[in-house]
Amino acid sequence: MTDTSLKNTGRSDTIRIANVQAFWGDYSQAAADLLRQEPDIDFLTLDYLAEVSMSILAKQQRRQPDRGYAADFLDVVRSIAPFWNQGSRVKVIANAGGLAPRQCALACQVILREAGCPGRKIGVVTGDDVLCVLQAEPHSELSRNLDTGEQLGDRAQQLITASAYVGAAAIVEALQADCDLIITGRVADPSMVVAPCQYAFGWADDDYDRLAGATIAGHLIECGTHVTGGISTQWMDLEDVCQIGYPIVEVDAGGGCVVTKPKETGGAVNVRTVKEQLLYELGNPDSYLSPDCTVSFLSLSVAQIGPDRVAVRGARGSSPPATLKVSATFPAGFQSSGSLVIFGERAAEKGRRAGAAVLNRLQSQGLAPDESRIECLGGGSTVPLPHLQRDDLTEVVLRVSVADAQRAPVAQFARDWTSLVCSGPQGTTGYAAGRPRVSETFAYWPCLVAADRVSMEIEVLS
Amino acid sequence: MNHTLKDIAYARSGDKGRHANIGLIAHTDAGYAFLQQHITAERVHAYFEALPVTDVVRYELPNLGALNFVLHNVLGKGGSQSLASDAQGKALGQALLMMPLEITETELAPARAEVTA
Repeated sequence: MTDTSLKNTGRSDTIRIANVQAFWGDYSQAAADLLRQEPDIDFLTLDYLAEVSMSILAKQQRRQPDRGYAADFLDVVRSIAPFWNQGSRVKVIANAGGLAPRQCALACQVILREAGCPGRKIGVVTGDDVLCVLQAEPHSELSRNLDTGEQLGDRAQQLITASAYVGAAAIVEALQADCDLIITGRVADPSMVVAPCQYAFGWADDDYDRLAGATIAGHLIECGTHVTGGISTQWMDLEDVCQIGYPIVEVDAGGGCVVTKPKETGGAVNVRTVKEQLLYELGNPDSYLSPDCTVSFLSLSVAQIGPDRVAVRGARGSSPPATLKVSATFPAGFQSSGSLVIFGERAAEKGRRAGAAVLNRLQSQGLAPDESRIECLGGGSTVPLPHLQRDDLTEVVLRVSVADAQRAPVAQFARDWTSLVCSGPQGTTGYAAGRPRVSETFAYWPCLVAADRVSMEIEVLS
Repeated sequence: MNHTLKDIAYARSGDKGRHANIGLIAHTDAGYAFLQQHITAERVHAYFEALPVTDVVRYELPNLGALNFVLHNVLGKGGSQSLASDAQGKALGQALLMMPLEITETELAPARAEVTA
């Protein structure tokens, strides 16, 4: 680099990366709020894809062939356009493309044109879709279910999506092509942070300790406000929980980072919020697998270095596995849940009897569902450990859920449920929501694919 | 005085397909030593016996003063197909913190959260 400042930043030593979307359904104003609060941000990352999001997108795509992406993202792009028009250098990386990154990018292009912001380059990253690979080799050892060890076999033909968690490389390439907005399908969440670091600092693909540091930084912010106080054990002690700030990581050239949040926002960044999020969804802490590297958490240090500033350093990395994780889905049937309030004496007991009555009626109609569950919420049934249960309650929410491979038992449950309003115990109320919805369910099939079977492509739209 | 794990530790839980993990973090070094000695995988498995847990693996993170428990198969068929309100194991951390604790006052004092302004 001839310039003393890092690529795309005003600084020479760190890059600042924020997360403004932890999941599809997160606060849609977060991107604009953060750019207003902290104009000095180099990269925004947005995560839209949970395990079964792809199957929801597949359903949408069947109805409308030009869909298959997280359409909510278009509103976010519209909200960022004014900042670009005012000269913001921020680059945006989002996995909102889902099953159709190119369709998503084309829609973004229209939005940017309408917003008088036509000069921005859009990078489209594709290649994560491995449905054909799994269907071609249903008896491959790699396609066995990672949790149960079952072979994929005939299920391969029922699969509706199969996406590999790909790494940072393709995003780095899109950044090198000067893209301002990069839209991907399935990508490992931390890789959305690893990519801008690798791009700005020029790290080699085998610079594993630094890549591990950036992977940790990505892991810390991938769930948005989780690291700034959201869901933390100390939530009741936090200030201003109605506007918890979205997280920022300041990553340095050595791969260390400082976690922080915009000034004058709620929540907190402290050793406790950071440690909790480090451990979130963690398996073996000595071997956290990502497509960019394998990370050990056992050498990390976490230290408060200022108000709402926590330094996380010392990550150790080694080579990534030769396989990529795949999240595949296939239709698994139907389910439905009904909820009613049961008030008065012996509320929990009344709730259990009413729930059993609904299930018995299904059975007497020859429509007993494959699976069912009765919960009397309020008495501890969310985690039914004996010493946490209480029976002496004035009210409970009775929640009954059923699932079946066929639609009929589930649909009958949804029809029968509301009859409790007249035939249930005295004190049955809270039925304004009406009849429960019947929804299609999808089974999740976690497996592997050889990394060399996945080839990524980048297209630049301008 | 009845004590629970909440007096000496904090936690966060989430899903990993059919499995869930609970990160349990001590407030102090003395608290970590207590957790390491007393909160074994067997004890956590027994505590969650009412759930469909098949086995519990415990990992130690002494550098963070933390233990990580992976509860295998606790979520049945996994988040997308579970009929439970807590389909993703988000409440398991709170449930673990409600574990009754036999602890002497001498052990408890240095394990409590340091009072910060």
